[in-house]
Amino acid sequence: MSQVKKFLYVNRKAPYGTIYALESLEVVLIGAAFDQDVSLAFIDDGVFQLAKGQDTKGLGVKNFSPTYRALGDYGVTKLYVEKEALAERGLSEDDLMPVTYEDENDGFAEKPSLIFVDRAEMARVMAEQDVILSF
Amino acid sequence: MAYTVNGNTVEHDEEGYLTDLNEWSEDIALEIAKAQNLEMNEERWEVVNFLRNYYDEYQVAPAIRVLTKALAKTMGPEKGNNKYLYELFPYGPAKQACMIAGLPKPTGCV
Repeated sequence: MSQVKKFLYVNRKAPYGTIYALESLEVVLIGAAFDQDVSLAFIDDGVFQLAKGQDTKGLGVKNFSPTYRALGDYGVTKLYVEKEALAERGLSEDDLMPVTYEDENDGFAEKPSLIFVDRAEMARVMAEQDVILSF
Repeated sequence: MAYTVNGNTVEHDEEGYLTDLNEWSEDIALEIAKAQNLEMNEERWEVVNFLRNYYDEYQVAPAIRVLTKALAKTMGPEKGNNKYLYELFPYGPAKQACMIAGLPKPTGCV
């Protein structure tokens, strides 16, 4: 098998104003079949994608936020969220929905997928990647 | 294109997936299965219901790899494997079972 690469999908737009957030999520789900080391980053308005209690009835589009909780099933367990992006938007960690995964190597223990990092740490995460895709 | 069930017509796309998943019912599932030359039995219903529950919770139809893993966990390894699922749904469990369950074609399913 070819070498596993580190992929980071960077999400920086609010979920419903444009198609970027949904497209990113779909690419992640498709790409997960290739057994690469996949992480997601949420910066700028992208942090709104993980906001709790999304309701799209008034918009007439599908609320795809529950799908982030399925990422663990696809082996995607690292969702980096930038602390400054939250603070600048008046959000705290409690305003985001819980996203967890079951650790197969630890008796299917449920563990959090959201990793809160500051801007400098996020830069380090990005520097470690082989491939970065920005949405 | 449409399925006809009890005198009602339910639209589907060129492949057979329901246009509006809210129109699904067990009778429609039987009709879709018939169009796929499959007879619904307990085992097939088990997979179809599992897919519906998964979609209800996550708003996404699981990829085949995810489906087998999840079935293995909840129903045991004798059901959570490709051989078992392909015996039930010869043209692809993700594709055919999702169609019968009234779900959209799974993301990344070619």
